Amino acid sequence: MSWLDFFRAQKPPAASASQAKDRLQIILAHERVSRDGDDFLPKLQQELLEVVARYVKVDANKVQVNLERGQGMSTLEIGVELPGNGTAKRSAA
Amino acid sequence: MAQVITVTSGKGGVGKTTSSAAFATGLAQRGKRTVVIDFDVGLRNLDLIMGVERRVVFDIINVITGEAKLNQALIKDKRVDGLYILPASQTRDKDALTHEGVGKIIEELAKDFDYILCDSPAGIERGALHALYHADQAIVVTNPEVSSVRDSDRILGVIQSRSKRAEEKREPVKQHLLLTRYDPVRVERGEMLKLEDVLEILAIPLLGVIPESESVLKASNSGNPVILDNESTAGQAYADAVARFLGEDRPQRFLEVEKKKGLFGRLFGGRAA
Ligand SMILES: Nc1ncnc2c1ncn2[C@@H]1O[C@H](COP(=O)(O)OP(=O)(O)O)[C@@H](O)[C@H]1O
Ligand SMILES: [Mg+2]
Repeated sequence: MSWLDFFRAQKPPAASASQAKDRLQIILAHERVSRDGDDFLPKLQQELLEVVARYVKVDANKVQVNLERGQGMSTLEIGVELPGNGTAKRSAA
Repeated sequence: MAQVITVTSGKGGVGKTTSSAAFATGLAQRGKRTVVIDFDVGLRNLDLIMGVERRVVFDIINVITGEAKLNQALIKDKRVDGLYILPASQTRDKDALTHEGVGKIIEELAKDFDYILCDSPAGIERGALHALYHADQAIVVTNPEVSSVRDSDRILGVIQSRSKRAEEKREPVKQHLLLTRYDPVRVERGEMLKLEDVLEILAIPLLGVIPESESVLKASNSGNPVILDNESTAGQAYADAVARFLGEDRPQRFLEVEKKKGLFGRLFGGRAA
């Protein structure tokens, strides 16, 4: 180790590396859980649609599913465009 | 009419995903409606490089199997208007991609987008073939290194024989060379193939040279495509490449060793940012 390495070692870790670690911890926690079980999202969407379809006629193309994975909690937002009286938004957590 | 651009290389780890993310973002920045598709089924990573990994609900396989509609699987970028990402599946294997399924997706996207970018997996088999089949243009990502150049040559052959354009005997796929991870210091020392050598061997038109740059790692750490980093040499080189792709004349930059550094810079400076 040269004396130059000594100065280099004093540098604090770059901020972007800790960002990388945070992002990985969140996404891997989610992926490890879903790796074993079947992915339930497609089924959840289908069943939600069936429920909505009991009351109104919906076009599957007009359904938006948004997910934001977080630490400890995720938000799933399902937007269903209802025919006739404009757009309605329904949210589920 | 939408143009399908496949980003491919044969060899893995040369910068296809980095380049796909940068290029798609660059095209959208220039006002083109752009979607970038991750074809690396089983090993998706484009979502991480684009910084949308937490928002993935459905993927390309869900669309092919009919479990989700295409517009539900598309992730809208929050930074640049008109930019969308279609993620690969993480849990299923390459065989879940079907010729017909991919064809339908491209056809549907073509109605709505100016550019469809396909980020190819490594190799010259199934996954890579799906990614290049519909190509109108191909960006061949190459590193100045023997095995990468050889694999690029092989993939050029595959594009010429196995693409839809080749099958239908239409005008061939337009090929572009994107030389990435170029390190002028090592080129000057004679340790690395120089641009002229690679161009001479592969003999396809040059789209751009992307220098080796520390900012690429920073960009992937934070999930922001490097082209959004205007300060970085790599970001600027990608912006130049996008401009050239759109027909602008831009001189090549970052090919020479930076001479301006003083004694202090030479002693303490690392590689260019
Ligand atoms: N211009 C560059 N400078 C420095 N590192 C780079 C550059 N381009 C790519 N890399 C790095 O190379 C590795 C492979 O890049 P990636 O885009 O994932 O390649 P591929 O998709 O071809 O497998 C990544 O670690 C990436 O950060
Ligand atoms: Mg890749």
